Amino acid sequence: MSALTGEDAPPQAPRQHYLNVTYGVRSWLLTLDHKRIGLLYLASITVFFLLGGMFAVMIRAELVTPAGDLLQAETYNKMFTMHGLVMVFFFLIPSIPAALGNFLIPLMIGARDLAFPRLNLLSWYVFIVGGLFTLFAVVQGGVDTGWTFYTPYSSTYSNSAVAATAVGVFITGFSSVLTGLNFIVTIHKMRAPGLTWFRLPLFVWAHYATSLIMVLGTPVLTAAVVLVALEHLLGIGIFDPKLGGDPVLFQHLFWFYSHPAVYIMILPSMGVVSEVISCFSRKRIFGYKVIAFSSLAIAVLGFLVWGHHMFVSGQSVYAGMIFSFLSFFVAIPSAIKVFNWTATLYKGSISYDTPMMYAMGFIGLFTIGGLTGLFLASLAVDVHVHDTYFVVAHFHYIMVGGALMGYMAAIHFWWPKISGRMYPEGWGRFSALVIFIGFNLTFFPQFILGYLGMPRRYHAYPDEFQVLNVMSTAGATILGVGYLIPLIYLIWSMRYGPRAGSNPWKAKGLEWETTSPPPTENFLTTPLVTEEAYAYAAPDVEEQEGARVG
Amino acid sequence: MSQNETHVLPLKIYLLIFAVLLVMTGVTVQVAYVDLGFMNTVVALGIACFKASLVVLYFMHLRYSSSLPKLFWVAGLLWLAMLITFAMSDYLTRQWIEQPQGWARNRGISIEQVAKQ
Ligand SMILES: [Cu+2]
Repeated sequence: MSALTGEDAPPQAPRQHYLNVTYGVRSWLLTLDHKRIGLLYLASITVFFLLGGMFAVMIRAELVTPAGDLLQAETYNKMFTMHGLVMVFFFLIPSIPAALGNFLIPLMIGARDLAFPRLNLLSWYVFIVGGLFTLFAVVQGGVDTGWTFYTPYSSTYSNSAVAATAVGVFITGFSSVLTGLNFIVTIHKMRAPGLTWFRLPLFVWAHYATSLIMVLGTPVLTAAVVLVALEHLLGIGIFDPKLGGDPVLFQHLFWFYSHPAVYIMILPSMGVVSEVISCFSRKRIFGYKVIAFSSLAIAVLGFLVWGHHMFVSGQSVYAGMIFSFLSFFVAIPSAIKVFNWTATLYKGSISYDTPMMYAMGFIGLFTIGGLTGLFLASLAVDVHVHDTYFVVAHFHYIMVGGALMGYMAAIHFWWPKISGRMYPEGWGRFSALVIFIGFNLTFFPQFILGYLGMPRRYHAYPDEFQVLNVMSTAGATILGVGYLIPLIYLIWSMRYGPRAGSNPWKAKGLEWETTSPPPTENFLTTPLVTEEAYAYAAPDVEEQEGARVG
Repeated sequence: MSQNETHVLPLKIYLLIFAVLLVMTGVTVQVAYVDLGFMNTVVALGIACFKASLVVLYFMHLRYSSSLPKLFWVAGLLWLAMLITFAMSDYLTRQWIEQPQGWARNRGISIEQVAKQ
């Protein structure tokens, strides 16, 4: 750490940067600067994260005892529904792309802003309006359908604020599409001179793949919501068998978006891990092109596996076989990435700063999450563990152990760039450790619970499951503390942290060549790119490496 | 930059496309009164895709833009095809396996009779 930040003169902040160029609420709410819009997103998703976290607290508190004593069954249904809804649509999906991608992509490609700054601001407002509808639904008494809105819970038999929530999800989808479109056009059209496709940071490749999913997948979710509304308002038979519809069709449409949506959450994190692993191993990333293309492969293959959520839904077993087979297939590009990161570490000069600790956590937890996904993709095993805590544990290993660890790595890695100040490194490592321990204590017992047969989405359970549930709740408490510590010290560091200087990690990449915080126009002169990404190794070592790796 | 050139189409073409769109709407309505069996949906979706393509190609000038936007248009159609194909892999093969009848069969009643009750 000291070797990385040690400079002769203490670093100074630039006299003028994007944070102090103008002041006042108006200057933020009407800003067209991608960096400020990124921070608007960052603040909003933090609020949603805390809200979603509060619902999780209620769930875990109820499950301390086998009897359904703290919450009634109906209230409990609402708690897990709103936990899922807020965390998926209002935290995880916008998290890295809309907040950090927004901030970093123009900086990484040497551009002054995204291609459509006004569209970018619009996407934030659309997101907020969608969020307000969902909050309104919470105030109205909440939703109890599960975040998946399966018909007929959400149609014929809906008995809660489904309409307001559906409108919220419908609106938020547009914000996602706008962000994705903006990224695609920006990455195609606004790269600095010399920045060819294969010199792009892998963070940018990951966001390109993510944007494709956002643009090609989200409209299907929107259409599914509209169809539910049309059936409800006009009586057109789409999902209701009484009218000639098929409830399973809703699951097809929903998962066509929502399985790829998992990759909207995880791909950006994978991009972050590529950046961080390479920087803190002081080594060029192993197999650059393979990692880049595996992101695209995930984006495409991810659309062909949705039926693995429907093995016991009444879907044809033949369709089930196809979806099962393709689900095994989609594991390959993910595994390629994990092996490449591991190979990057090999013989690297590794330092364990906070971002690196989160990135290492990501690799381990994502691997467990991915491998248990293969259990669930197997037709016969899935019949046993379907809708049990095994599934809950699996996707939390992906979404929290994977996506959220990557998000934390990213926040710490680029915090000096965003705020111009360093966070306290000791506290950073400490909280990374707390989060890792808390996470595993929360979710590992859930694998066992699920395998033993505890179903998800019930507020009561048989006595013999109590020990594991208490462990899980204890872990969740530790995890909660682990998230509060960074929240406190990051806010503290905005004012009191030591000045970071433009490149505290001695990292490669255009974003580190401008000041911290960057000026509004990002670069005073357009940068010219003459080398590959991640050119960390000394020239002579680089030649040997090049000869061996190709 | 060739993409930035604006292509001004003669008004005649716009009116022609508009007329075709109206005619196709009429066709959709008329076809809805003819029972084509499973082709009902296929025909309706085919006409809809054709109309959408006309709007995209002429009104949104895709025909005169570079190959990249065209690629994205093709991707959109491809993704729609993926959605339909893989969803149909369910609907077209559901009947291949006899549905279990459970207790109803043991008592000598058919599922249809149960549904009526
Ligand atoms: Cu899935």
